[in-house]
Amino acid sequence: MPDATGLELIANEVREKEGAQAVVETVFFREHATLEVAPEKVGPVLELLRERGYSFMASLHGCDYYPQEPRLGVLYELLDMSAVDRITVKARVSTEDPHIPSVTERWPTADHQERETYDMFGVVFDGHPDLRRILMPEDYEGHPQRRDFPVGGEPVIFTFNEGPPTRGPR
Amino acid sequence: MKRDPLGPVDPANLRVRELNSHQLLRGGELLGANAPAHLGGADLERHVEERVLTTTLDKAVAWARSNSFFPATFGLACCAIEMMSIVAARVDVARFGFEAFRASPRQADLLILSGRVSIKMAPIVRRIYDQMLEPKWAISMGACCSSMGVFNNYALVPSDKFMPIDVHVPGCPPRPEALMHGVLKLRKMVQDDPDMGWRERYGAQGTEEVLAGPQTAAAVNLAVEGDTAGA
Amino acid sequence: MSEYRRREQSITLSPLAEQVEGQEESLTQELLTLNFGPHHPATHGVLRLLVTLRGEIVQDIKPIIGYVHTGIEKTAEDKSYWKAIPVVERMDYLAYHFNSMAYVGAVETLLDVQVPKRAQYLRVIHLELNRIMSHLVWLGTSALDLGAISMFWYCFREREKILDLFEMSTGQRMHTRYMQVGGVAEDIPPGFAQKLRSLLDEMPGRIDQYGDLLNSNEIVLQRLRGTCPLDAQTLLSLGVTGPLLRAAGNPWDLRKAAPYCSYEDFDFKIPVGTVGDNYDRYAVRLAEMYESTKIISQALEGLPEGPHITEDRKVALPPRHELATSMEALIHHFKLVTEGFRVPPGEVYYPLEGPRGEYGCFVRSDGSSKPARVHMRDPSFVNLQAFSHMARGAYIADMIATLAMLDPVLGGIDR
Repeated sequence: MPDATGLELIANEVREKEGAQAVVETVFFREHATLEVAPEKVGPVLELLRERGYSFMASLHGCDYYPQEPRLGVLYELLDMSAVDRITVKARVSTEDPHIPSVTERWPTADHQERETYDMFGVVFDGHPDLRRILMPEDYEGHPQRRDFPVGGEPVIFTFNEGPPTRGPR
Repeated sequence: MKRDPLGPVDPANLRVRELNSHQLLRGGELLGANAPAHLGGADLERHVEERVLTTTLDKAVAWARSNSFFPATFGLACCAIEMMSIVAARVDVARFGFEAFRASPRQADLLILSGRVSIKMAPIVRRIYDQMLEPKWAISMGACCSSMGVFNNYALVPSDKFMPIDVHVPGCPPRPEALMHGVLKLRKMVQDDPDMGWRERYGAQGTEEVLAGPQTAAAVNLAVEGDTAGA
Repeated sequence: MSEYRRREQSITLSPLAEQVEGQEESLTQELLTLNFGPHHPATHGVLRLLVTLRGEIVQDIKPIIGYVHTGIEKTAEDKSYWKAIPVVERMDYLAYHFNSMAYVGAVETLLDVQVPKRAQYLRVIHLELNRIMSHLVWLGTSALDLGAISMFWYCFREREKILDLFEMSTGQRMHTRYMQVGGVAEDIPPGFAQKLRSLLDEMPGRIDQYGDLLNSNEIVLQRLRGTCPLDAQTLLSLGVTGPLLRAAGNPWDLRKAAPYCSYEDFDFKIPVGTVGDNYDRYAVRLAEMYESTKIISQALEGLPEGPHITEDRKVALPPRHELATSMEALIHHFKLVTEGFRVPPGEVYYPLEGPRGEYGCFVRSDGSSKPARVHMRDPSFVNLQAFSHMARGAYIADMIATLAMLDPVLGGIDR
């Protein structure tokens, strides 16, 4: 893992290359480094990390930080296979303007995973070749994994709310 | 010891009666002292009962149907692995005659819904069930399709909502023995009550969809010239 | 035509530059898009493939998934950390111990809880048994797809023995909820070690039998050798891990690279392929079964004494006999069962090496007793993206063989 100082060095490098607004926050929690960046700088930051050795994207997923704003976060888990090092890059967007540039072109593994994040959270990835719903039916409305989307389901039948027995096989 | 309720038996007489019984069933000439005395009435009935297995045609057909379910290969999720286990050697479904899993629903008569039915899959399950020929039965295997199971949420549909289910097998996943128990219960159900058609079983007459009038729009699966996209 | 149908027809295909060469007659060839529907005997679950064919040669494959999407991640947010374990376990239904281990590992990292050594060894035993079981199901169903139907019964015979062991230690054959936060649910009963030893004694012989049946089989060789190879660089860019990557020559295995849960105590090898075709994928998984037996026998021999779950009563339930005598135990039990333990806020990603690749569990905690976000990075979901790259330019039968060797588990793909 890049330790806390290593993380700060990476953050400084990003600030130098992409501007001081690129890095929003650095978090070092339980021996793991997270770098939060501005959404529009995600592509360049990932390329910078790729040059530093983090060439494998293990996971791309979303998270809803309701009620904190900006609500929707997209997390990129990167892995450096030769040094066995992991780092997380986080970008947060709001629900009013949930656009973030897609990284599918340079990281082909992001294809299905960005579609899933779009499906579940509503984050629109600009530049994605085929942004459609992947897990829910194509004409589904709503983004299920947002925190304000109800869990749904059927009411559990107890004695107080059971109706007349439905017709079963004779 | 009473062997013959009709009284003490003269062996020679018995032999003649036996020969006559063969002739009786074949429609041939009767022999010996009994000719032309045929067995009649209660004697004939008792005679036939002792020697011939009788049944109604319904019951025979129901017996045959119940002992030769052709399940459709319809594994959805975890329960599918336990359904594969009943085909495997320990709980051997071939003992009962149900090992012929047919891939095509047209050839299957038992749909074992094994696994969670999501909202994307539910119309497809219904379509497969509709494609099966009468008489057909359905077993809902596992908690997820019988009720909502472990996951009571937006993504699942309990199978009772869109198709008639005959046997629900609880479990998550049900042991292969439990599924076997469910299938055998269905077998007993079919044996005892030889009903044709799920619409009679569930009182669903009148739910047939009849398209009114001549059909003007092209069917969904008609091939259009030059069109190769989509499915 | 409904809006849905219209949009469905607008799925773009990859650019096709191939023309039919050397044809004097104006033989027009059309591309056929075939739908391998979700209900299909060879798709290992409810996977829908839109296959574009030129004759019998596959031009492009578009997988459509979501037919067994269960909203597991959303349901897990609704339950306390302890009660979410059985929910998360049911994602990849052939690797249930791995699912729960990833989730439990993430929660333990958040809580900063130490797992006793005995619990770690028991976890390793069950994880490796699950790996063998998953590979057995893969082998049985893949051989079934290729036509070697009797392999199905042999593999499931061994699988029944492993499930007997799971039933001995936990009471359930599948989805055992064995992994708990801080350790394992129960210690192994007497008789378990003996039964496990007898299984380990006969397992290598059985794997030899499977090898004898398939390794030099003419049909298997023709169908698997040289079909649908993909190089390691493309696989890495697509995010593929696990036996697929190892078959292509890259020996990446988290058990050796970043050992977790006492894997560094065991001596085992990583089988690696050379070409990355279907035969290598098959051979790598077969060899992994041998290695897993070695790991389990080492873990069983070296099983240390000790508690099977952490002694921290704020996280793990107290043993039942204490409830009758100790008031504190009763209060802890009550609190843990009703509300559950609270986890300090933070985010953690916990990866481990499962039978299909890297299972990672991302857990975000907001300080309450329910997780705020649980995400499983499922390897089958990411590996499926490589499928169209692998099967391009191959025949349909090769595509089916590749799908079998890909080992997708739709529960993990759709979650």
